[in-house]
Amino acid sequence: MPAFLSLAEAIATHVKDGDTLAMEGFTHLIPYAAGHEIIRQGRKHLTLIRMTPDILYDQLIGVGAADKLIFSWGGNPGVGSLHRLRDAVENGWPHKLAIEEHSHAAMANAYEAGAANLPFATFRGYIGADLPKVNPNIRSVTCPFTGEVLAAVPAHRPDVSIIHALRADRKGNVLLEGIVGVQKEAVLAAKKAIVTVEEIVDDLGAPSPNSVILPGWTITAVVAVPGGAHPSYAQGYYKRDNAFYIAWDPIARERDTFLAWIDAHVMRATPADFAARRPAA
Amino acid sequence: MNAPSLGFTATEMMTIAAARVLRNDDVCFVGIGAPSAACNLARLTHAPGITLIYESGTIGTEPDVLPLSIGDGELCDTALTTVAVPEMFRYWLQGGRITVGFLGGAQIDRFANLNTTVVGPYDAPKVRLPGGGGAPEIAAHSREIFITMAMGSRAFVEKLPFITSMGHGTGGDHRARLGLKTLGPTRVMTDRCILEPDPDSKELTVVSLHPGETREGVEAQCGWPLKFAADLKETPAPTAEELEVLRALHERTRRAHAGG
Repeated sequence: MPAFLSLAEAIATHVKDGDTLAMEGFTHLIPYAAGHEIIRQGRKHLTLIRMTPDILYDQLIGVGAADKLIFSWGGNPGVGSLHRLRDAVENGWPHKLAIEEHSHAAMANAYEAGAANLPFATFRGYIGADLPKVNPNIRSVTCPFTGEVLAAVPAHRPDVSIIHALRADRKGNVLLEGIVGVQKEAVLAAKKAIVTVEEIVDDLGAPSPNSVILPGWTITAVVAVPGGAHPSYAQGYYKRDNAFYIAWDPIARERDTFLAWIDAHVMRATPADFAARRPAA
Repeated sequence: MNAPSLGFTATEMMTIAAARVLRNDDVCFVGIGAPSAACNLARLTHAPGITLIYESGTIGTEPDVLPLSIGDGELCDTALTTVAVPEMFRYWLQGGRITVGFLGGAQIDRFANLNTTVVGPYDAPKVRLPGGGGAPEIAAHSREIFITMAMGSRAFVEKLPFITSMGHGTGGDHRARLGLKTLGPTRVMTDRCILEPDPDSKELTVVSLHPGETREGVEAQCGWPLKFAADLKETPAPTAEELEVLRALHERTRRAHAGG
């Protein structure tokens, strides 16, 4: 059974400087509150893994928490660039960021390989593309049966994976619904997993015997943070705050407006503030 | 140039031209941005049976407004089913279930290779773009690829700084030589014209000019010397229904995304 902790306790206990950290959620259920706690506690030298580093990783990169990013698509979806990511890559601000870049197929396969306790993932990928020329972790294997040459990438094995789920029961079993992304794979691939949830309930109320449930014994810590996925969304709880995604563009464009926003909305805020940020369902 | 007197914008013409090429029985993997508008316009007009798939895992989605991201709740709420992302890429895309991959891009070359990664050197980029996302494998495994993007000499370039996803490579039978059995890019719908690869060389060739466009006007928006088909056609202007449905879709979308 996982520990039921406050968010500050969970991050302080389980996320260390220099860790390799995966925070997943494919547009949906992005663990923003946990990311903000990591910023507040001043973690440094992180290797951040995420398929779609969006605003959350823009914030972590902008404050200088990350030394390296492993990713496959780094933009503000439907809006444009991640200006803090671009500033780090193009200008080295606040410091140079190492990047290991993949395709979505590679990242998804790498999480699955990690969950399956395999050393690498293989798939039919990167054909005719330039990424293998700039990423030495994109290699190939030859099929022992057909001789076909297939792409190979190392499995993701994060020190810690952090996800946001809909709810947990009193034993710490958690339920995900809707766009479930790679969260199950990220949790099962990691040495430790922290799950923030909208609420803790007596009965999960799983809608189907095939619901995506992570048993409590696969999770290190469970934290109730209502609204903890804002400005992304939680299926059935609140909608995606698209207006915030659009508003982020001018905030992140300049270093001073970004730092002022972090100071006001992260450093001077608490996890409890997320509840009031939720738009109506 | 499309004069206002034509009654539609160049972007509307592009979206409508892109929508028209989709078929009712297509299973379409929808890229973010311009392709999403075209695919949903097709579904709301001549192709109500089309299956739209977004890489977030939503299969058979029927959104009432265009999603801002590829993972808006609207996509999941209206989908036939939603699968995990590894399954999406392994079973549905790599498994060969997709008939059309619909992509956009920041830059394209004459063989319809796409760049969405960097402008300038990879290690010291002038502009860091978002990256490939699903595109490298969508481009390889969909039965064919449609591309839609606005023309411009910085977008239609002689040489790409980076090939994010392969179109026809260096042309000819390059795809087949790499073991690919899929068709690759078969059509490019822009705001000024429609291009298709030459059957042999695979070089993009203008096959249809949109109403009001000229050869010279289109050439000026392209970074390589453009070839034109011998039987160059004019794209039929948008119908009243196409414009009405598209504008209503954009209006619903604007209202939905302004909330929050």
